[in-house]
Amino acid sequence: MACFLVPAAEAVVATIATKVIHKKEDPALTAPASGEAPDKPVKVPFSRKLKWLTNLLWGGSVLLAFEHVWHGEVVPWFPFLTAASNPEDAAEMLHEMGTVGVTMALLITAIWLVMLAVSKVIEKRPETPQLEAK
Amino acid sequence: MTLLTAVFAAVICTVIWYKSEAARELKVGLLCWMFWGASVMWLVDAIFEYAELHAEYFAPAAEDMLNDLFLGLSVVALGLIIWIIVLLVKDPKGVVKAALTRKKA
Repeated sequence: MACFLVPAAEAVVATIATKVIHKKEDPALTAPASGEAPDKPVKVPFSRKLKWLTNLLWGGSVLLAFEHVWHGEVVPWFPFLTAASNPEDAAEMLHEMGTVGVTMALLITAIWLVMLAVSKVIEKRPETPQLEAK
Repeated sequence: MTLLTAVFAAVICTVIWYKSEAARELKVGLLCWMFWGASVMWLVDAIFEYAELHAEYFAPAAEDMLNDLFLGLSVVALGLIIWIIVLLVKDPKGVVKAALTRKKA
């Protein structure tokens, strides 16, 4: 009904956090933008890692919002959510947001945490030589 | 069916992103994020639906399946449209700018 609103709300918070952290980050600690090889292991800035989360959340929320428009659950006139027009449907919608929506946001965040762990391992890995072309 | 369509789109885009430097330059990564994000969210939707319907979930009516496939393909089309707009606006290769500023001979 409106489950995508929960990850969308998380996306808004994560986007603001990304902007704030990016401003505070020391550019000297981050990976060089050019293609030159670094002399010490590259550290991916946290703002870039946070951007992975916002990308997942925004991407999924936009496509799910389209699905809700498709099913007539989101409309371009007030109150924009058809379920919000009567209290019974509104209660069902809030229940769905609290169950399905929250689970969506939690699962995306859990996947992002796994991505952080994997990226930490990859950052520590020594540079591998390019595969030779056959 | 919508979940399956999104997962296939996500996997194909990720393989293209991984294999091709040109694809990475053309911001195919944006498609990966969108399709993976939507896939995870639809997976949650599917789990909740399965918890409600049990085995019936795996035997949808042909009409519902066709509608879901149509929706899935429309979602992929929307993702591609968003990607092409972002690509043209960000213009990483400067093609749009070159076309706009080109002087006629």
